[in-house]
Formats: sequence, C-alpha cells, structure tokens
Amino acid sequence: MSMDDLGLFATALGETAVMVGASGALSLALGLPLGLLLVITDNEGVRPHPAVNRALGAIVNAFRSTPFIILLVALIPFTRFVVGTSIGTTAAIVPLTIAATPYYARVAEMSLREVDRGLIEALRSMGATRFQIVREALVPEALPGLVSGFTVTLVTLIGASAMAGAVGAGGLGDLAIRYGYQRFETGIMAGVILILIVIVTGIQVVGDQIARRLNRRH
Amino acid sequence: MWLPDPVRQPAAAILEAAGARGISEQVSTTPILRLESLHRAFGAVVALDGVSLEIGRGEVFGIIGRSGAGKSTLIRTINALEKIDSGRVVVDGEDLTLLNEAGLNRVRRKIGMIFQHFNLLAMKTVFENVELPLKLAGQDRLSRAQRVERLLELVGLRDKAGTYPSKLSGGQKQRVGIARALASGPSLLLSDEATSALDPETTLSILRLLKDLKETLGVTIVLITHEMSVIREICDRVAVLDHGRIVEQGTVWQVFGHPRTDLARRLLRNVRPPLPQSLQREISPHPIPAGRTLLRIGSMEHDQYGTVLARLTADPRWHARVVHAEVDQIAGHPVGTLTFSVAYRGEPALQELLAAIASESGEIEVLGHVNG
Repeated sequence: MSMDDLGLFATALGETAVMVGASGALSLALGLPLGLLLVITDNEGVRPHPAVNRALGAIVNAFRSTPFIILLVALIPFTRFVVGTSIGTTAAIVPLTIAATPYYARVAEMSLREVDRGLIEALRSMGATRFQIVREALVPEALPGLVSGFTVTLVTLIGASAMAGAVGAGGLGDLAIRYGYQRFETGIMAGVILILIVIVTGIQVVGDQIARRLNRRH
Repeated sequence: MWLPDPVRQPAAAILEAAGARGISEQVSTTPILRLESLHRAFGAVVALDGVSLEIGRGEVFGIIGRSGAGKSTLIRTINALEKIDSGRVVVDGEDLTLLNEAGLNRVRRKIGMIFQHFNLLAMKTVFENVELPLKLAGQDRLSRAQRVERLLELVGLRDKAGTYPSKLSGGQKQRVGIARALASGPSLLLSDEATSALDPETTLSILRLLKDLKETLGVTIVLITHEMSVIREICDRVAVLDHGRIVEQGTVWQVFGHPRTDLARRLLRNVRPPLPQSLQREISPHPIPAGRTLLRIGSMEHDQYGTVLARLTADPRWHARVVHAEVDQIAGHPVGTLTFSVAYRGEPALQELLAAIASESGEIEVLGHVNG
C-alpha cells in the first residue's frame, strides 16, 4: 500500500468521522426531546395529549419507513436550502440527521417507557412538577438505556454514511465503492472493511462500558 | 428496645434540630382529613361508592379490604394522585377538589407517601433519594444535607447514605422510603400496603418504626392493607372497605372484639391462633356421636373469661376442655380468644349453649367436630 493510499484512508476516515459525529450529535439533541415528547404525551404519560402524540408518531414513522438512499436524494432541495449546497460532507449531514433523529427518538422512547410507573407516582406524591418528574426520574432512570440506544444509533449512522458517497460526501463507504469495487483494488476494499469493523467494535465496547457503569440496578 | 442504639434518640429532637416545624404541637380539634361521599368509577367498574371518613390529628387509621375493594384508589384520592368523580377531599382544611395543579403540588408536599414496592429511584443513592423532596421544594444544598443526615439517623440507615437501593434489603428500602416520605416534614403520612412485600419479621420492625414516628413526631398515618395483623399492630381506628363502600368502622379493639360484618370476621380469621396440628387433621364438619365439638370465642373483653369458664364448668355434662386461650393487647386493650371443646350432646343442646355464650361474650363459632 502506497503513501497515496494511506492519504486516501485518512481523508475518508476524517470525512466519515465528521458526518457521523455531527449527525450523531444533532440526532441526539433532536431525537431525545422527540422521544421524551412521545412518552410524555402518551395516554399513560405525564402530560397526555393524544393529538400531539399521534402527529409526532406519524412523522417519526414516515421518516423511518423511507430507505436512506431514497431519503438522501429526496431531501436534496431541503439540504440545499439549509446548507447552501447538496453536494459534499456537510451536505450529507442533513439527510443523515433527518434519518437518525426519528430512529433515536424511537430507541429513546423504548428506554423511557421502561421506567417504572411507580417512580413517576412517587415523584407526583412529592409534589413534583412535570418538568421535575422528567428531570429527576424519567431521564436519569432511563440513562443506561439511552446510552445503549445512542450507541446503536451511531453504528447505524456509520452504515448510512457509506451511502452518502452518492451525493459526493466521501467517507469510507465512498472509498470502498470507487477504489475497491469500481477499480478492483481489493486491498483498499479489505482495508475499509477492517477499519469499519474496528470502529464499530470500538463504539460498541465503549458504549456498553458507559451504560454498564451508569447502571445502578445491580 | 428494637432499634440499634443511635436510633433511640428522640425522633422529635432529631428533626427539630433539622428545622422541622413542630407539627405535633399544633393540637387542633379539626380533623386533618375529611372525605365526603367520594365516588370514582373506571368505566363500568365502581371503585369508590360513596366513601366518607374523618381522621383526627395524630391518629393511625387503617383501611382494610380484599384486593379490588378500592383501597388503592381511596388512598390515592387523599393526595389527588387519583381523581374523583364526585365528593370532597379536605386535607388540613383545604378542599383538594378546588385546587389547580400548582395548588395540589403545594398540598402534596405536606403529605408523605410510602409504597408497597418502595418506589425508590434506582439511579440515585439512598442520600439522593431522601434528599429529593427537599430538592423539589427548592431547599438549598446545605440545609438539605443536614436534614437528610438526621432523617437517615431516624430510620437507622446512617451508614447507607452513599449506597444504591439495589444493594439494600426490602426492610432497608422501606426505611429509605419512610425517610423520604418524612423529608418535607409532612403532617400526614400515607402508607400503601407498605409491608406487603416484606417478610413477617421485617414487617414488624417497619410497623414499629411507624408507630415510633407517630408517637415522637405526631404525624398522622393513614394506611391501607389486606392484613388484619398490620391493623392490630399499629392502628387506633380501622375502616373495612368492600366494593368501594365502608361497611364497618370503629376503634381497632371494638372491631376486633365485635366484628359486625362477615367480611371483618373473615379478615380476622387469619390473625387468630391456628389449631394444633393434631386437631386440624381429625376435625370434621359433621357432628360425631359421642364425640366432641370444638368452639372458639374469637375475641372478648378479657374479664369475660371468668364468666364463660364458670358457665362451662357449672354444667358437668359438657365436659368442657380448654384447647387454647390467649389474651392479646390490641391498641392497648386486652382482648381474649378462647378455643375449647365440649361433649357433643345433640344439635338442640349445642345451639342452646351457643346462644347462651353468644348473649354474654359476643361472637362464638363452631370450628368442627372431633372424636371424643
């Protein structure tokens, strides 16, 4: 493998890191509140609101049922509106975020739903406001699950970012397709797969560690 | 006594040092809690069907009933965790049905609650759990810390402050629950089957802690349970709830001594001493010629023992034998149970004896028949 090849890998890795990092952070910032809203406005929630709950659920489902490669293309006008261009790493962050946000919202919703209703009742009996219930019980008690869910979301994002090459975003996936597949450079293909395995394993191990350390249930 | 040494300090002194208001001192004749014809239905299921109650300051009031009787709904109306369809809930002179959410939260901070499954936050330490009500009320960190320390001392868990609930036993968890419920210095403590998930010995220690807190802090306790033994251990008064209605109500020793409803009698059966194994095996529901009949007087004023025994021994035909006799202290009143057998001399004679004893000492039941 030449120095050129190493440069290719470095650039691609950097692009993937930017895409996954930025869209990961954004989908956490947007998905967690969305997941909270889904739980809070549920019939059994802290502040039931059937209309809002149904509307949010429908939006989340709509984005979740669209395959990412289609979303990527369909969102081009919107992406251009937000970042001024529809091509490149920055542009890919928009569809990645829009795909990962509803995904993480659902994952977060599942963790939040598992918080024992008795705890919510205990907080209510103490005269806690709804905001206090969310801050003191709902989120902290679901924290290990929220962390595990975010780990899964990051791994999914790495997979999705490989498709972002279609809009010229670069990244490891793009490298594998253009060099490994189209130019028959098997070494680069193998290198990309190896790097992906290492990154995904690393994220999973670290995420599991954090979740385990946070969990006080055992 | 029953607690480790540090805990035996007067609880009132401990809490006063922490800045609690002297609740026990504001003696007043107005009831701390008044429920007026509460109604609550879940669809077609009627949970509360016109419940009215008045509970005085410093009382330990028990509400007993089978599962599905409406106990849980009833206790949750007191701090408005459960809505009512009609009626009034008046806590400390304040009608909860007239309050908005903010007003309810203000009242809830004066009412502590403990739960069957403790409902401790698993991700918070013992200290943080007890601190929570104070944090919610906006107290500053320093006064919170001082008060939590005293509360933990009060329930005998001073050394567990930094522990997470998963590392505690059931009894310890409930002590944390009690400390947390008392954190904001409530005048009313609600107990929702607080000992139902605990073994008998731990149950006893928790009940004694509650009793102790009632005496030292003067806090009023309203508890629901399905166990008569809990009522007997700490309650002053008791109400029997059935199908959303209060079917019987009175001081504990009265209800134990003279239960008026079948339900109360059935609930009481479990707290009576069981028959010796040998008798249990051979007991028959049908009369045995030349056999004996086992009778039990469930509860009587203990000075009636003499009267009953005198009647039985006065007539030698009965060949009366005492199987078991006990005088129990119920809410400070001695209440006796007497199990004995008499020779079976035909149904008319037996009925005559039963009537005679019933007229003097109240409730008597035929347990069955055994061979002579």
